[in-house]
Amino acid sequence: MNALVFFFDNAILSGLIIGAIYALGAIGVTLIFGILRFAHFAHGDMMTMGAFLSLIFAVLLQSMGIHSPIALAFFGMFPAMAATALIAILFDKLFYKPLRDAGARPVVMVMASVGVTLMLQGVLRVFGGVSARSMYIGSPKAIFQFHLPDATRPIVLTEPQIILFVFTAVTVFALHYFLTRTRLGKAMRAVSDNPDLASITGIDIRHVVWATWIIGGALACAAGTLLSMDVALKPDLSFNILLPIFAATIVGGIGQPYGAIAGGFLVGLCESFAVFNWSILLRPLEPMFGVDFPSSLAIVPTEYKLMIPFVILIIVLIYRPTGIFKGKVL
Amino acid sequence: MSLLSIDGLTAGYGQMTILRDVDMALDEGEIGVIVGPNGAGKSTMLKAIFGMLTVTGGSITFDGTDITGIRSEKLAGHRIAYVPQENNVFASLTVEENLEMGAYTRRDDVSHVLDHVYEIFPDMKDKRRQPAGELSGGQRQMVAFGRALMIEPKLILLDEPTAGLSPMFMSVIFDRVIAINRTGVTVAMVEQNAKQALAIAHKGFVLAGGQNSYTDTGQNLLDNPEVARSFLGG
Repeated sequence: MNALVFFFDNAILSGLIIGAIYALGAIGVTLIFGILRFAHFAHGDMMTMGAFLSLIFAVLLQSMGIHSPIALAFFGMFPAMAATALIAILFDKLFYKPLRDAGARPVVMVMASVGVTLMLQGVLRVFGGVSARSMYIGSPKAIFQFHLPDATRPIVLTEPQIILFVFTAVTVFALHYFLTRTRLGKAMRAVSDNPDLASITGIDIRHVVWATWIIGGALACAAGTLLSMDVALKPDLSFNILLPIFAATIVGGIGQPYGAIAGGFLVGLCESFAVFNWSILLRPLEPMFGVDFPSSLAIVPTEYKLMIPFVILIIVLIYRPTGIFKGKVL
Repeated sequence: MSLLSIDGLTAGYGQMTILRDVDMALDEGEIGVIVGPNGAGKSTMLKAIFGMLTVTGGSITFDGTDITGIRSEKLAGHRIAYVPQENNVFASLTVEENLEMGAYTRRDDVSHVLDHVYEIFPDMKDKRRQPAGELSGGQRQMVAFGRALMIEPKLILLDEPTAGLSPMFMSVIFDRVIAINRTGVTVAMVEQNAKQALAIAHKGFVLAGGQNSYTDTGQNLLDNPEVARSFLGG
C-alpha cells in the first residue's frame, strides 16, 4: 500500500502537475500557430516574464498590507495575466505585425520570436537577477497530507499544486465554452481553419489576432507563475520547458487546443513514468516472480528527462503524423 | 438602371493584366452566367468584382455606388457575397457554425435568416451539428451557399459551383441557384457546364482571352450557331 501511495505521489501526481503546466503553455502555442502560422519560440520567456510580474504584483499587495490564507502570488497572478496579455499584443504590434504585413514567411516569424525570446531573457536578468527566488513572500507554502487507511505514507499535495489543478480545470472549461459558444471564439476557429474564407466572410482578423495573444499571453503567465510557485522562480525556468511544450503541441495536433491539453498531460505523465523508480512498486511482488529487482529501476535517469517528450513526439509522428487530434501538417 | 454595371474593366494579378476593357451589366433579380474557354478570365471577373485583384482601369458600380477597389472584407456591408470555387467552407466548424460565421458582420438577430437558409436547403438542417468537412462535395457547396446567404445579399457571386460534382448533383445545384434567385437575389455565376448554365440564365456573357466575345440573353446565346460552335462544343 505504501508503495502504491508512493507511486501515486511520485509518478501520477507529479506527472499531472507538470502536465498541467505543459498544457497551459501548449494551448497558447497551438492557438498562435493556428491563427498566425508560426511557432512562437518566445512563449517560454513570456511564462518567466509573467511569473516575475506576478511576484511584483504580490509584493505590491503585501506592501499595501494585504494578508490572505492563500499565497499572495496567486492574487498577483491575475493582474499579471492582464499585463502579460497586453505585452503580448504590444510585441505583436512591434515585431510580428510589420513582418506579417510585409508577407514574411513563417520561418522569418520564427526567427523574430527567437529574437524576442533572447531579448526577454536579457531584460529579465537585468531586472530580476540570475538567482532563484521564492514566490512565497509572506507565508510559507502550505502542505496538505492525505492519509489513506492502510498506508503509513500520506499522499502529499502542496498549496500551489491544488491551485494549479483547479486553475487548469477552470481554464479548460472556460476555453471550451469560449471556442464553441462565443462569436469571437468561433471566429478564431474559422480563421485557424481557412483564413482566406474568413476574410472573404468579413471576419475581422485583427480582433482574432488580439484574442489569440490575450489567451496565449494570459495562460503563459499563469503557467509560469504556477510553476514558479510549485518550484521556485528562476530566470531560465520556462526556457527549459519550452521544448516539452512544443512536443506537447505537436503530439496533440498543431492548431488543436484540445490536442494541446491532451498532449500536455500525455507528455507530463510519460516523463514522470519514465523517471519513476519502478523497483519500489515491483519489490513487494518479488516473491511472486522469485527474482530480486535492482534497487533502482527507472526507464531513464532523471537527468535525461528532457529526452522523453521527443521520444513520444517521434512515436506519434510515425504512427499518427497529424497528432492525436488531427492537426495541421507542417 | 442596372444593379451591377461594369464598364471597361481592366484588371489582373499584380503586373499581369488578365481582363481588358470588359463590360457587364445585370439588372436586379437576374441570373448572369459567365462562360468561356479555360483562361478566358471568368473567375478573374468575379474576383475583380469582389475586390480581390488590382483594378487598373474601368469602373464597377453596384446599386448606385462605385465599389471599384473596395476590399472584399468590406463588401459584406454592401450586401455582396462571394462563394469561392474551392475551400469554401470552414471544415472543422459545424454546418450551423459555418452559417453563423456568414453572419459575422451582422450584429442583429439572424435566426430568421437561418430559418430561411434551412428552408432553401432542408438537408442542412438535419446535418447542422456535423462538421462541414465531413460532408460530401455537393453538400459542402450547399453550406457554402448558405454561408453566403446569411448577409441577405443583393448580389451573390458563384465561382464554378458545380466543379467536381457528379452530374446528378449538378442539376441539384442549378436547381438551388434558381431557388436562391427566386427569393430576389441577383446571381452572377461562372460555369464550365455552359449549356446547362445558360439554360437558366437571364443574361450570358461569353469571355475569350480576357475580353467580351458575346453578350446576349441565355437563350439567344444557346441558339447562336457561332457561339455553339466555338464555345459550347457544337
